[in-house]
Amino acid sequence: MKEFKGRVVVPGTCTAKALVSHGGFNTLASYQMALMFNKKGVPCGDQNNPDLYKQSMEGVAMCLPMTIGSTTGGMVLFTACALGKQPACMLFSKPIDSLAASGAIMGDVWTDAKMPVIDNLGDEFLESVKTGMTVTVEEDGTVKIDD
Amino acid sequence: MNLTPEQQALLNGSQGETMAKVVKTLVMYGDAFGAERMVPVTSKYGHTVISFGLEVMKPVYDLYDQLIEAGLTEGQKFTADPKPLDKNVPSSLIEDLVFKKIMYTQQKRYEAQLEKLGIIDEDSYSCTCYLDQMGNKPAKGEILSWAESSAVVYANSVLGARCNRNSGMLELMGSIAGFVPEFGLLTDEGRKATWIIDVQCKNRPEAQLLGSAIGMKVMEEVPYVKGMEQWLGTELDEAACTYLKDFGAATASNGAVGLYHIAGLTPEAKEQGEALICDNAQVYVIDDAELERVKAAYPVIWKDADAKPQLCFIGCPHMTLQQLHDMTNAINSQLMRNGLQKVSVPTVFTASPAVIREFEKTKDYMLMKSCGIVLSYICPLMYMNNPLCKKKAVITSSNKLRTYTSARYYTEADIIRIITSKEAKL
Repeated sequence: MKEFKGRVVVPGTCTAKALVSHGGFNTLASYQMALMFNKKGVPCGDQNNPDLYKQSMEGVAMCLPMTIGSTTGGMVLFTACALGKQPACMLFSKPIDSLAASGAIMGDVWTDAKMPVIDNLGDEFLESVKTGMTVTVEEDGTVKIDD
Repeated sequence: MNLTPEQQALLNGSQGETMAKVVKTLVMYGDAFGAERMVPVTSKYGHTVISFGLEVMKPVYDLYDQLIEAGLTEGQKFTADPKPLDKNVPSSLIEDLVFKKIMYTQQKRYEAQLEKLGIIDEDSYSCTCYLDQMGNKPAKGEILSWAESSAVVYANSVLGARCNRNSGMLELMGSIAGFVPEFGLLTDEGRKATWIIDVQCKNRPEAQLLGSAIGMKVMEEVPYVKGMEQWLGTELDEAACTYLKDFGAATASNGAVGLYHIAGLTPEAKEQGEALICDNAQVYVIDDAELERVKAAYPVIWKDADAKPQLCFIGCPHMTLQQLHDMTNAINSQLMRNGLQKVSVPTVFTASPAVIREFEKTKDYMLMKSCGIVLSYICPLMYMNNPLCKKKAVITSSNKLRTYTSARYYTEADIIRIITSKEAKL
């Protein structure tokens, strides 16, 4: 087991399987088709992200460096939260970007969704965690990954 | 976060629970980035990225109903991104059904909400709100609460205004509250360049391709671009601004750039020069080979990679008046050289309602129509936001459209070559 400590952006706890994006996570490109057509499991639609393309994003521990792309990104993440189709948590290796923060915070303030968000976990976190590993998030921003 | 007594009272509910949630959202947003205070929004108008009434986005419109019911309709007036539908744009019967009966069922509801919340008027829908014809052009140093990645990067970089890459919805909350948290691109420190881009191309690089390469490399950081003087000059004339519009949109969509500096050209680079560059800035050298490498790496997700194009979009972001003239004449000249009268691929130019009105007054408008080109105010991205379009062979000169859809990117010269050839060969 490896342990990392990040900064809590949205508090909470969870345990979920990791889905790892090594490149920037394009929120709009990833979610638009899956949400629009209510696709089961919310498969990622971003053709430019080979780590995630066609992978189910619902209920996973989304591990990523940052989000990129259109400024509808936060609204899309908010909508995923409002529809209960959000990841179990979002774990950023870098400091969180403004679009991801907006979406996660709007999801926290305006919906009932629970999606802990931790940032600043460091590059080693993203190098260590692999898709399919079990990830546990604790209230204080500790993230544990099972080898 | 140090709030003023007035801001603290709002957070405590002095203007009701909904306003308290608006302020709480802004405070949490600021806390996430270490903001110590709120600063007033000083631009005349806001700009919202949300212009579409999508069925799936009902939670957004439900939240907006809460804002309206709480009487939060006296905030800053604003423009919005382009509308998603236009009957003049070619579409099949099935597409029309999908658009109207499945996708955009909330469009009327949402446009009625925008009227209540403060959209300036019926013509205020364009991603290029900062063009003179649209009238939402902030001054240098003004603080904005905008969203729309291409507009934010233009306002920051070309106009010298100050705006973070806000999300849709959050930008409206800033306009309602009249203040935004001070961090990132609102601060002098946050506007310093952490990347030096050394452009060593032999010919003027295509704006949308150069922007893509830079965006993918620097992601959300601030690049300082050298080596463009020979093509863009040292004055922000119409040609330079048009180039930067398309360049910036690509940096913002292919990466997450909110501000760039062009040596000797953009306002802060002119004033401060290389003092804008951080000591430990990384360097990215771009030559013609690097641009070719970037272009060749774009995935092709058409079922048949050699399919004849079925539709061509030019204008994401919306075209300027000069671009409409230039592209019309370039396409017409090539058609004449090829002995053709009309384009061989259904082609749509997109521009803001105000620019379209001006263009309609010119001779080139009739010339454009005689070439078989459609002119529309829509957002091509919204048009292509459906699974039917995935099966359609769409080509575009927009790297933003390529990023978010199955459209395939070609340089402007290639686009002209394809749509003016009899066989429309790729």
